[in-house]
Amino acid sequence: MTVKESTSENLFADVQGRHARREDTISTVAAGTLEAIEVSAWFSGNLVLEDVSLVMPASKVTALIGPSGCGKSTFLRILNRMHESTPGAQLGGEVLLDGEDIYARHQRVTEVRKRIGMVFQKPNPFPAMSIGENVVAGLALAHVKVSKERRGEIIETCLTRSGLWTEVKDRLATPGGALSGGQQQRLCIARALAVEPEILLMDEPCSALDPASTFVIEQTIQELSGEVTIVIVTHNMQQAARVSEQTAFFLAAQGEPGGIVESGSTAQIFDDPQDPRTADYVHGRFG
Amino acid sequence: MSGAGAPQLLEEDRPTRGKPRTIERGLSRSDRVFRGSSTGVGIFVLVVTGSIGLFLGLQSIPTFRHYGFSFFTQTNWQPERDQIGIAAVLVGTVEVALVAICVGIPLAMSLALFITEYAPRKLKSWMVSAVDLMAAVPSILYGLWGFFLLQPHAKYLARWLSQYLGWIPIFKVSTDPNAAVWQQSAYTSSVFITGIAVSMMVIPLACAVMRGVFDETPMGEREAALALSGTRFGVIRTVVLPFGRGGIIGGSMLALGRALGETIVVLMIISPAYDIKIRILEAGGQTISALIAGNFGNATSAQLSALLTAGFVLFVITLGVNFFAATVIRKSRSGALTEI
Amino acid sequence: MTTFSDLDLEPREEGPVEEAPERVTRRPRRVRRTTFDDYLELGGSFLSSGALVGVLYGHVFNMSGVLGFLVLWYFAFMVIFGLTLKITNPNPLVVDKLVQATIFVASAVVIAALLSALIFVVVKGLHALGHLNFFTHNMAGVSPTAPLSQGGIFHAIVGTLVEISVAVAISLPLGLMTAVFLSEVGGKWSNLVRTVVEAMTALPEILAGLFVYVVMIVYFGFPRSGFAVSVAMSVTMVPIIARTGEVSLRIVPNGLREASNALGGSEWRTTWKVVLPSARAGLATALILAIARGIGETAIPLICSGASSFTNFNPFANPMNSLPLFILTGFQTGQSVAIERAFGAGTVLLVLILGLFVLTRFLARDRKVKR
Repeated sequence: MTVKESTSENLFADVQGRHARREDTISTVAAGTLEAIEVSAWFSGNLVLEDVSLVMPASKVTALIGPSGCGKSTFLRILNRMHESTPGAQLGGEVLLDGEDIYARHQRVTEVRKRIGMVFQKPNPFPAMSIGENVVAGLALAHVKVSKERRGEIIETCLTRSGLWTEVKDRLATPGGALSGGQQQRLCIARALAVEPEILLMDEPCSALDPASTFVIEQTIQELSGEVTIVIVTHNMQQAARVSEQTAFFLAAQGEPGGIVESGSTAQIFDDPQDPRTADYVHGRFG
Repeated sequence: MSGAGAPQLLEEDRPTRGKPRTIERGLSRSDRVFRGSSTGVGIFVLVVTGSIGLFLGLQSIPTFRHYGFSFFTQTNWQPERDQIGIAAVLVGTVEVALVAICVGIPLAMSLALFITEYAPRKLKSWMVSAVDLMAAVPSILYGLWGFFLLQPHAKYLARWLSQYLGWIPIFKVSTDPNAAVWQQSAYTSSVFITGIAVSMMVIPLACAVMRGVFDETPMGEREAALALSGTRFGVIRTVVLPFGRGGIIGGSMLALGRALGETIVVLMIISPAYDIKIRILEAGGQTISALIAGNFGNATSAQLSALLTAGFVLFVITLGVNFFAATVIRKSRSGALTEI
Repeated sequence: MTTFSDLDLEPREEGPVEEAPERVTRRPRRVRRTTFDDYLELGGSFLSSGALVGVLYGHVFNMSGVLGFLVLWYFAFMVIFGLTLKITNPNPLVVDKLVQATIFVASAVVIAALLSALIFVVVKGLHALGHLNFFTHNMAGVSPTAPLSQGGIFHAIVGTLVEISVAVAISLPLGLMTAVFLSEVGGKWSNLVRTVVEAMTALPEILAGLFVYVVMIVYFGFPRSGFAVSVAMSVTMVPIIARTGEVSLRIVPNGLREASNALGGSEWRTTWKVVLPSARAGLATALILAIARGIGETAIPLICSGASSFTNFNPFANPMNSLPLFILTGFQTGQSVAIERAFGAGTVLLVLILGLFVLTRFLARDRKVKR
C-alpha cells in the first residue's frame, strides 16, 4: 500500500471540503473501509499484540471476539489513535482508512477522530451538559458552526438513530447524567453519530447494561450497518453472531502476545471454523 | 436448640423479636480514659479557637462603644486626635487582595492545568514539589524579593499601564506618566506592586487545590472527550473544567482568605496612607493586618483596643470567606472526593 | 469439564503466531505528533515576534524595563503564532495550540518568579555568610551599621530553635491527640471540631499573635518572651498537625484495626501500637510542615517578643530574637549593611526550610517503598 503525502494546501482543501459536505447533507456519508496491516502494540516495552492484519469492509459490521486479555480493546484503540495517549504505549504497523495510513506524519489526529468515532464500555455522557448539548458536543469541539434549526435537526436525527428520541424528546435540556445506563449508552452513540463518522468503533458497548437496553442497542447497530462501518468488540458470542457480518477471533496464549487466530464471515466462523482453537471457543469450551 | 441440659434463658437475656439489640460495650478503664482524653483535647482545641474570636470581640466592645458606627466610616487613623476608623484600611485590604487574586488565580490555574494535562510524568512530580516548596517559603522572604527585585522592575510596568490605560480610573496616577523624567517614586509602594507580591503566596495554595481536583476527573469522561475532539483543550474545556468547578471556586476563595490576612509582605512594601483610594498604581495604601503590625509597638491601651477591633473585623471576614470556600468545595461534585 | 490448561493452545501447523526470534526484530513505530512544519511555525513566530517587539519597544512604545518587553513579546507572539497556525490548521487546533502556549508561558512565569526569589535571597546573602562571625556572634553592643566583620545572628538562630522546640512540645501532643480524636474516636463533637480546625488553618498569623498577646501578656501579665511566641506558634501549628495527621491516620487500612481488635487489643492499644506506627511517615510529614510554617512566621515574634540583640536561651524571661524578626528589623532600618545581614539571615532561614522540605520528600518516598 502506498501512503499518499499531502501538501499543506491539499490538507486545507480536505478540511474545507469536509466542512462544506457536512453543511449540505444530513446523513449520507460514505462509509469507509478500515484495514489494519501487521499492527503490533507494546505497553512499557511488553509486546501485547502481534502482527494483527484485518480488513474491516465498508458498511459492514465486524465483530472482534475472544477471551478477555487478548488485546481486542487495545487493537480497537489503535484504530482511532487513542492507544498512543496511554503513557508507555507504542505501536507498529499501519492502519489504512480508505487507503491512507492514519498514522502518517501529516495526518492530524483531530481529523482521524472525526472520521472514526468511538463508543466505550462504560457509558460516559458529559454530566455538565444537557442531553441536547451532549449530542452536539462533538460538533462544538470541532468548532463546526450550525444554525439553531440545523442543531435541532441533528439532535433529533441522531437520537432517533440511536433509539433514544422518544424517551427524551421532552427533556432535552435536562442534564446528561440523569439517565439510566442503557439510555446513557444510547446517548453516547448519538453523540458519536453527530459528527458523521465513516467508522464507528464500539468497545463492549452492552457489557455494562441490562438485557432490554442491550436489545435496543443491537437493533441500533443493525439499523446503522449499511450506513456506517462498525467494528464491535464483544465478549458475548451470541451477540457477535446476531449483529455482525464479519468476525475475527483473537487469542493470547499464556504469557504470549495476542493476535488473530482466524477471521472471516460470521457464518463461517461460527458454523465452520477452520482452526481448532476457534472451534473450541465458539463452542464454549473456554471463554 | 434447647435440650434437657441447655441452660434456661433468663427473661432479660431473651432478645425482643424483630428489633435490633442494644449492645453494651464494656469498655475497659484504659479505653474510657483514652476516649475521654482525646475527646477532651478535641473540645479544648474547639474552645481555644472559639475564644480567639471571643476575646477579640470582647476587646472590641469598648472601641465600638466609644466610636460607634463611625468606626467603619472614618478613614483616618490618628489616635492622638481621637480619629480612628477602618474605612480606608478595609478598602485597602480588599484592593490588595483583589490584585493578588486577579494576578494569581489565572497563573495558578494555568500551572495546575500544566501539571495535570501537559507535563510529562517525570516533570510532573518535580513541578508538584516546586509548588509545595513555593508554599513553604516564608512571607518575609517574599517581602524582601518584592521590595528589592520586583518593585524596581514593576514600576516601569505600572507607568506603562497608566500611560496607555490611564483612562480607566483605577490606573490613573497623579503625576504625568509621559514626562521625559517621570516621577518614579509615585509608582512604588503601591497597592498594585504589593498585590503582585502577595500573589506569590496565593498561587501555591490555589494551585494545590485546583490540581487535586483536576486529577480526580473521571477517566471515562476524559476518554469520551478525547475520542470526540482529539485536542487537549477540548478535553479541558468539556470535562476537566466543568468537573473542577468546585475546586476552582473553592481554591480561589481560600486564596482570597489568605490574601486578606497577609501581613508581612504588605508591611514591607506598601507606604501607609489612610484615605480611600482606588488608584492602585499610585503609592500609598494600608491593610488591616499591616495596620496592626505597624502601629502595634507604640500603641497606648486605648489604641490597642482599636487595633484589636480592627483585628476582630479581619477575623470575621477571613472566617466567613473560608467557611464559604469549604462549603463550596464540599458541595461540588469534585469536592466530594477531595480533602482540601 | 475441560479446563483452560487442558486445551492445546499451541499452533499445530504454521499459525499466525510467530516464532520467538522474529519477534525481537519488530520495532515500535514512532508516532510523532509534531511535524517539522510545527517546529517552524513555533520557532518562526517566537523569533519574529521578539524581533518585532524589540524594534518597536524603545521607539514606538516609549517603555523601558524588562518586564514590559516580555509582556509585549507574549502578546505579539500570540498574534503572530495564531495567524500562522490558521493557514494550515483547522480552528480547534489553532485554539488548542494557542491555549497550550499560554499555559506553558504562565507556568514558566510562576516557576521563574519562585526561582528568582530563592536565588535572589541567596545571592544577596552570600556576602554576609562569608564571615564566620556571622554565625557565632550576636549583635550585643554592635551597631546595625557596623561592618559585616562584626556581629552576627547567633542569637537569632538560637531564638528560632528554642521557640520552635517549645512550640513542638506544645503542639505535637495536642495536634496528634486531636487527629486521633477525629480519626479513631469520632463522636458527636467530631464534625464541629473538624470544621473549626479546618477554618483555623487559614487564620492569619497576626491574629494568632494578637490573641496570645491579649490573653497571656495583657490579661495574665506574662512578659513578652520566647514562650509567648511559642504559644502563638502552636495556635497555628496545631490545626496543621491535626488536619494533615487525620488524613494520614485515615489512610491506614481498616483491616489492621480489625486484626488488632480481633486479637483482643483495646482501642487505646490499637491506636498506640498499630495505627500510629503505620501512619508514621504521614504524621512526620505533618509535623515537618507545621514546623516549616512555624519558623517562618514573622508577625508573631513581632508582637509577642521583642527584637533583642542578646543571646537568650530562656524562653520564659526576656525578649528573644528569631530569624524572621531579625530580617524584618534589619530591613526596616534601611541601612545597607543591616540589609545585607538581613539577607544573610534570610539565606539561613531558607536553607533551614529547604532542609525540612527535603526531609518530607524523603519520608514520603520511604513510605511508598514500604508499601
